[in-house]
Amino acid sequence: MDDVVRRTALPGRSQSPHDKLARGLGYFSIALGVAEMVAPKAICKAAGVEGIENVVRGYGAREIATGAAILTSHNPEPWIWTRVAGDLADIATIATGLRQDNNSKGRSALTLAALAAVTIVDLACANGLNSEKASRKTAARDYSGRSGFPQGLQAARGAARDFKVPDDMRTPELLRPWT
Amino acid sequence: MKALVWQGTTDIRCESVPDPAIEHERDAIIKVTSCAICGSDLHLYDHFMPGMKAGDVMGHESMGEVVEVGAAARKSLKVGDRVVIPFTIICGECEQCRRGNFSVCETTNRNKHLADKAFGHTTAGLFGYTHLTGGYAGGQAEYLRVPFADTTHIKVPEGVPDEKLLFLSDIFPTGWQAAVQCDIQPTDTVAIWGCGPVGQMTVRSAVLLGAERVIAIDRLPERLSMAKAGGAITINFEEESVVERLNELTGGKGPEKCIDAVGLEAHATGSVDSIYDRAKQAMMLETDRPHVLREMMYVCRPAGVLSIPGVYGGLLDKIPLGAVMNKGLTIRTGQTHVNRWTDDLLNRVLENQIDPSFVITHTEPLGSGPEMYKTFRDKQDGCIKVVLKPAMNGALHG
Repeated sequence: MDDVVRRTALPGRSQSPHDKLARGLGYFSIALGVAEMVAPKAICKAAGVEGIENVVRGYGAREIATGAAILTSHNPEPWIWTRVAGDLADIATIATGLRQDNNSKGRSALTLAALAAVTIVDLACANGLNSEKASRKTAARDYSGRSGFPQGLQAARGAARDFKVPDDMRTPELLRPWT
Repeated sequence: MKALVWQGTTDIRCESVPDPAIEHERDAIIKVTSCAICGSDLHLYDHFMPGMKAGDVMGHESMGEVVEVGAAARKSLKVGDRVVIPFTIICGECEQCRRGNFSVCETTNRNKHLADKAFGHTTAGLFGYTHLTGGYAGGQAEYLRVPFADTTHIKVPEGVPDEKLLFLSDIFPTGWQAAVQCDIQPTDTVAIWGCGPVGQMTVRSAVLLGAERVIAIDRLPERLSMAKAGGAITINFEEESVVERLNELTGGKGPEKCIDAVGLEAHATGSVDSIYDRAKQAMMLETDRPHVLREMMYVCRPAGVLSIPGVYGGLLDKIPLGAVMNKGLTIRTGQTHVNRWTDDLLNRVLENQIDPSFVITHTEPLGSGPEMYKTFRDKQDGCIKVVLKPAMNGALHG
């Protein structure tokens, strides 16, 4: 059936290519975050923006937290979406370096191009992870012929009514009329 | 031998590990012919249950042939016997085992001190299910060491396919106990949350035990179609309000018996409270997502019974105990006392009252096990139940 979510794990592994990509993005997040925390001035210079070292440090903390969440979570998808939101914040911040009076606006433009590329990767990963899960719209195998009762459903109804429920699992007599 | 090994969160691998050997005179070794992935294995795969270590062998639903028997187990087992292995390891001698409370056997958890700390008192040792329950190697492998093998087994006859017998190890008696402990009366409406493998077995058990009406709740059409085939009225919680529909079906009074076959991983975006739980889980402020518990405590008829076969791991938040207390609800729960039910259930299989193989959607070689964990967890490919065959080469579908 075309609308059933196909298997996605890599052969012999319990993870899909998107799961692997998510882990890679997790490590990337932590590495970038550490760089932003340790050398914000150099990062600012490379990106063509200056005087926002404290903002960059804050972004570094965000990257480390997001990366750790991706690597420790069983479901990295929401954290990849967090990365996408972070990418947009980064883009908005670096875009301030494109103003005409900034002598380093060329570096800002290059940084924006790199950020756009990373955002595309993040989006692809988040969308890929999302599409791997069955939803009401996608999963549609029909098991309506599987009753599990070889003699039919009608014969099965109450067929074990004579089973004696153990005393420790019986409803007290006083409550029985009410249930 | 080859075995499925837990190496970290969502990381299961098929690896070579040392062959098991007799370590105690009550041990036996079985050659596994079939094993299955259980919904509760997913709690380990997702690492919601504490106590896993890299290198642990997974699996607690296995059957096969006895190939070696320790001296003290020879009174009840011999080489060549065909056995299903219950997921609970039982001594058969302690006070709890003598009462039939096998899942809380006082003897078999070799990490009793850890369970005492986590739960107040120890429970039984379990196969392939964390070091809190003994750290025993599981049965998703070519061979399995069975401790206390003279009591920890279900002998099954030759000539019946593995597929009809394998689920005596866990999900069939689990669904059965879930229904039995509701003490179902002929006038009862039984509502069952979750149409995974345990939910499916619970639907069939409630039908056999004579419930007037069985209602099954899920969101996936293929699971609902299977529940309907078993005799249930179905509710898709993504399309309608569960509480409103249950009240509508019961004349506004609510179902007498409510069964939680979902457990700690309720669909994370299925409701506002589950989103809240997921956020708290991420901040390590809560271990489980108890949406189903909340809903059935709210909707259950006064003086009704709540049965909880679904697995919970630790600390839960915002539980409406006021509803439980004021309505006088009875809660029955616990891991399954497998051997308490299996003689009776085996007879029902042999008499063709039920064929548990209906639930199998995928049969694969053991080496495909890692892929099937993800397929099962993400409900891909219409997956409801995966059976793995160590001796198999190609895959069978459906």
